[in-house]
Amino acid sequence: MSKPAAVAQAAAPAAPAFDVARVRADFPILSRQIHGKPLVYLDSAASSQRPLPVLRAVEHYETALHANVHRGVHSLSQWATEAYEHAREIVRRFLNARSTREIVFVRGTTEAINLVANSWGRDRLSAGDEILITHLEHHANIVPWQMVCAATGARLRAAPVRPNGELDLEAFRALLHPRTRLVAVAHVSNALGTILPVQEIVRLAHARGVPVLLDGAQAIAHEAVDVQALDCDFYAFSGHKVYAPTGIGVLYGRESLLDAMPPWQGGGDMILSVGIDSSTYNELPWKFEAGTPNISGAVGLGAALEYVEALGRRAIGAHEHSLLEVATERLAALPRLRLVGTAPAKAAVISFTIDGVHPHDIGTILDSEGVAIRTGHHCAMPIMELYGLAATARASFACYNSLEDIDRLLEGLRKVRELFA
Amino acid sequence: MDLKELYREVILDHNRTPRNFGRLEDADARAEGHNPLCGDQLSVTLRLQGDRVADLRFEGRGCAISVASASLMTEAVKGRSREEIARLYGEVHALLTDRTRAPAGDLGKLMALAGVAEFPARVKCASLCWHTLNAALERAPAPASTE
Ligand SMILES: Cc1ncc(COP(=O)(O)O)c(C=O)c1O
Repeated sequence: MSKPAAVAQAAAPAAPAFDVARVRADFPILSRQIHGKPLVYLDSAASSQRPLPVLRAVEHYETALHANVHRGVHSLSQWATEAYEHAREIVRRFLNARSTREIVFVRGTTEAINLVANSWGRDRLSAGDEILITHLEHHANIVPWQMVCAATGARLRAAPVRPNGELDLEAFRALLHPRTRLVAVAHVSNALGTILPVQEIVRLAHARGVPVLLDGAQAIAHEAVDVQALDCDFYAFSGHKVYAPTGIGVLYGRESLLDAMPPWQGGGDMILSVGIDSSTYNELPWKFEAGTPNISGAVGLGAALEYVEALGRRAIGAHEHSLLEVATERLAALPRLRLVGTAPAKAAVISFTIDGVHPHDIGTILDSEGVAIRTGHHCAMPIMELYGLAATARASFACYNSLEDIDRLLEGLRKVRELFA
Repeated sequence: MDLKELYREVILDHNRTPRNFGRLEDADARAEGHNPLCGDQLSVTLRLQGDRVADLRFEGRGCAISVASASLMTEAVKGRSREEIARLYGEVHALLTDRTRAPAGDLGKLMALAGVAEFPARVKCASLCWHTLNAALERAPAPASTE
C-alpha cells in the first residue's frame, strides 16, 4: 500500500525559493551607487533594467552578425536576417501566437496602437461609430483613438473605474453599443496596478462581434500572456518593460485582421515590387515593417523573453506578488499615507500620496537615499483627475527587487516625514 | 547632494504657510501656469499702479519648491516696477540654473532657492511662478499715460 500523502509530498517538493540574489547579479546596473548609496530601483513600470544575457546577445549581434536584413546574399545579411526572424519566433512562442505572421515588430506599445488606429481604424470607422476604452488608460491608448476619431467622425467612449481602481464591468457592458467597433483596454494599469478582467472583456466584446486590442505594456513582464487563451485580436507591448532594450516592441494581430488591413507606413521591406504608379505589398508581417527595422533591438527582445522563460513566469509572478503584499501592508500602516488603487487583482505597482507632501518632494528625498521611484501623472491624466490628484508617487517591482528594497523605501519615507514634519 | 540645501527652513516655512496666497478680485491681469510634466498648476493675479505691481496673489497646487518659490516671489516683487521685476527675474533665473555664478544684486530671501541649481529636475518647479508672472505682466494693460 502506498501512502498517498507521502507520495504527494515526494512528487511535489516545496517550490525552490526564488533566488533573488542570483537574479540581481544578472543586472549590472543594480550595483551602481546613487548619491553614495546602493541603488534601489523601484521604477520598472516606467522601464525595466537589462540583464547580462540581453546585453551579451546585443553585443554578439553587433560584433559578429550585423548587416541589413532581407534581400542580402552575403553571409552577414543572412545571419542578421536569421537573428531577426529567430527573435520573431521567440516572441511568437512567448505569446503563444499561431504564426509569426501575426508578430509585427514596432518601436513599442505606442507605435503598435498607432498602427492599429491608423491602419485598422481609418478604413473602417465612420461618423457615429464608437471606440470603447476605460478611464484608466495610458495616454498611448487614448490619444491615437482621439486622433482617428477626429479624422473619421467616430466617437471615443470610456468605461468608468470604481474608487478602488477596479473597472466597473457593469458600466463597461452597458457601454458596448451596437455602434461599438473596437474595444481597446489596458491588460494592467500603469498608474494603479489594477489587473483588468481582460478575459471577461474579450468575451463580452466578442459576443457582439467587436474586436479587442489589449495594451499589454504593463502585463508582459508580470502576467502570463497567451493570446490564444485570451482570445484577443490585438496585443501591444514594449520590449523595454520586459528587460529588453528601448526602441523595440511588438504588435500581435490576429492574422485574418492583419491580412485585411492596409499598410500604415510605406517604404522598403514592406513591398514585393514597386512601379512608379503602384506597388505590390509584402506578406505579413513585413507588410507592416517599412524601412530598416531595429534588428539589434529585436535580438535583445528575444534574449529578454528567453531570460524570463528561464526564470519562469510563475516564479517571477509569485515573487513580485509577495513583494507587493509586504510593501502594501507596510505602506498602508504609515501615518498620512494613502494608497491610490487598491483593486483586489493587482500587479506589482503601488501608487500612493502622503498628506501635506507633494509626490515630487517625496521623489527627490527618496532619490537622495538612492531609491528611484516615479512621481507625476504617469501619462494617465484622466484617472488622476478621477482621484482629484495631479500626481502620485509610484513604486513598482520587478524580478530583481528584494525585501531589502522595501526596507530602504520605508527608511526613505521616514526621512520624508522627518523633513516635512 | 545635500537635501538640507534644497529644503532650507525658509522653503519649508513658505511651503507650509504660503504668503499672498489666493486671488485678487479686482485684478488688472491674471495668468495660469502649468507644468505638464508634473501636473502642477499655478495662477497669478495682480493689480498695477502705473508701472508698478501694487499687489499680487498666487494660488494653485504644487511641490514644496514651486509653492515656496511662488510665495517668495510675491514678496519680492510687490511694489516693484516692471523693469525692476525683469532684472530680478534675470537674477533668479541665473541663481536657479547656474551654480557657478554669484548673484549680481542682493536677492534677499530669494537666496533660499540657491540649492535648486543642484537639482536640475526641480528647476522647472521653481521657475513656473516667474513664467506665470511674466505672462500676466505681458497681458496687463500698458500704464495709462498721465497726460
Ligand atoms: C499601460 C501603458 N501603455 C502604454 C505605454 C507606452 O509604452 P511606450 O512608451 O513604450 O510606447 C506605457 C508606458 O508607460 C504603459 O504603461
